[in-house]
Amino acid sequence: MTSVEKIQNEIVEELSLFTDWIEKYEYLIGLGKDEIDFDKKFMKDEFLINGCQSKVWLYAKQNNSKVTFHAYSDAIMTKGIIALLIKVFSNQSPDDIINSKLDFIDKIGLKSHLSATRANGLMSMIKQIKIYAIGFKEKNG
Amino acid sequence: MIDFEKIRSSFPILDVKVNDNKLVYFDNAATTQTPTQVTNSIRNYFNKQNSNIHRGVHHLSNISTEDFEQSRKKVKEFIGAEKEEEIVFTRGTTDSINLVATSYQKFLKNGDEILISEMEHHSNIVPWQLCAEKTGAKLKVVSVTKEGEIDMDHLEKLLNEKTKILSITHISNTLGTINPISEITKLARKYDTKVFIDGAQAIAHQKVNVTELDVDFYCFSAHKLYGPTGVGVLYGKEEILEKLPPYQGGGEMIELVTFEKTTYAKLPSKFEAGTPNISGVIALGKAIEFIEEINLDLIFEYEDMLLNHYNEKSNKIEYYEPFGTSLNKSAIASFNLKKVHHYDIGVLLDNMGIAVRTGHHCTQPLHKKFNLAGTIRASFGIYNTKSEIDYFFDCLSKAYKMLY
Repeated sequence: MTSVEKIQNEIVEELSLFTDWIEKYEYLIGLGKDEIDFDKKFMKDEFLINGCQSKVWLYAKQNNSKVTFHAYSDAIMTKGIIALLIKVFSNQSPDDIINSKLDFIDKIGLKSHLSATRANGLMSMIKQIKIYAIGFKEKNG
Repeated sequence: MIDFEKIRSSFPILDVKVNDNKLVYFDNAATTQTPTQVTNSIRNYFNKQNSNIHRGVHHLSNISTEDFEQSRKKVKEFIGAEKEEEIVFTRGTTDSINLVATSYQKFLKNGDEILISEMEHHSNIVPWQLCAEKTGAKLKVVSVTKEGEIDMDHLEKLLNEKTKILSITHISNTLGTINPISEITKLARKYDTKVFIDGAQAIAHQKVNVTELDVDFYCFSAHKLYGPTGVGVLYGKEEILEKLPPYQGGGEMIELVTFEKTTYAKLPSKFEAGTPNISGVIALGKAIEFIEEINLDLIFEYEDMLLNHYNEKSNKIEYYEPFGTSLNKSAIASFNLKKVHHYDIGVLLDNMGIAVRTGHHCTQPLHKKFNLAGTIRASFGIYNTKSEIDYFFDCLSKAYKMLY
């Protein structure tokens, strides 16, 4: 099991403790309110992933062989889900990021947040995360 | 008196459960639900009379043609037009606007002006931008006041002999403001300005009479009138429609085709190229019957009562920020809650079974003017109730507490 899969399983396990949606959403809102490692100088258009409704800014850095992601959103719910995505993808190798399957979102019952109508930029964020990983991989040769 | 139980029972979709909650449908400005009278008509059409119209000599084609034309007659009477030739069936409001914004290019030249307002839906902006690009006409925009009303002084100032078309919404889909169409038309009549009204948000909520309003064009969609999607109406004064060139070419709109030259059919066929949405048009007729049976004046009164009830409740909420505070409003309420993102509220309300619209509601310039990234919009229809509004406000305060 790769580290990406392991973290996903941990998240699924953690969220399965909640018996109703309110608890689950309160947990996400809590995550969304937490301080995050995001440098506000990246809050400009070139780092913006435009959803129709909530905005997401994303940038990535490489530390040795690992990639770290930093993201921010103006909506708390989106920011909460972002926190989960970053937990999964940050500090992983480009290969592990590129090859990862993202099934935890479905398992924790948040798949609707990725649908087109939600238009919250999360789907594009995942795509962008993989693009960053591909970019770093190529750079590393 | 409105037979409320009967109305609710015509909408089986209202019994749908969302996340174990009863659905509360407050997104009527986006689309209204469809009563069984209308859905039965669609089923009946495909089970018993499906055929192409205006062509065949056979039984099915004849009854379908008759029902189709019957719908046209119903629309004509419903909006107080003088002739059936003035009723063109389209794909919807957007299609109707594009038709005129395209065909009217023939009469526009460099330096002419097209006037719209800041509260227009993108559908009543973009077609005119395209029209302006093609013809060299200038697009002028009337301001909206902070209450969310058309700035009539500004409108008067902008109107001049170069203004060829004025295109304004009857009711704002975001602010809910009911615009003073008769007054606006009177101002436009000082010049040779044609008046086009986007009636998408008005048609199901108050009596509309195009002759009394004295407008040149009026359009709306069936799906905001308890009818199906994909069907709309363009009303145009006969003498103007006569002069306009066809919008699209194809079957139905021709009189005689040779490779050298084609002559066009008479109104309204000239603007109805191709096989139309026959079942949809017939179903639109049923939707109009449904509305008329209830009575639009009573509908207006009822929805106004709902809006008043809503306002009484929202006025008590200190963190509620309304968008659109005109005293002359239809049952549409857009708002934000202080320091909370509209998307977060929308997601939480959805989990409680409430369908509202969040975002910019296709009025980005209007939101931008007031520095809003988006709003939450609750919009009401004939089947909504005061108790649904009470439930909505309970959920809203629950959602706010979760987020703030």
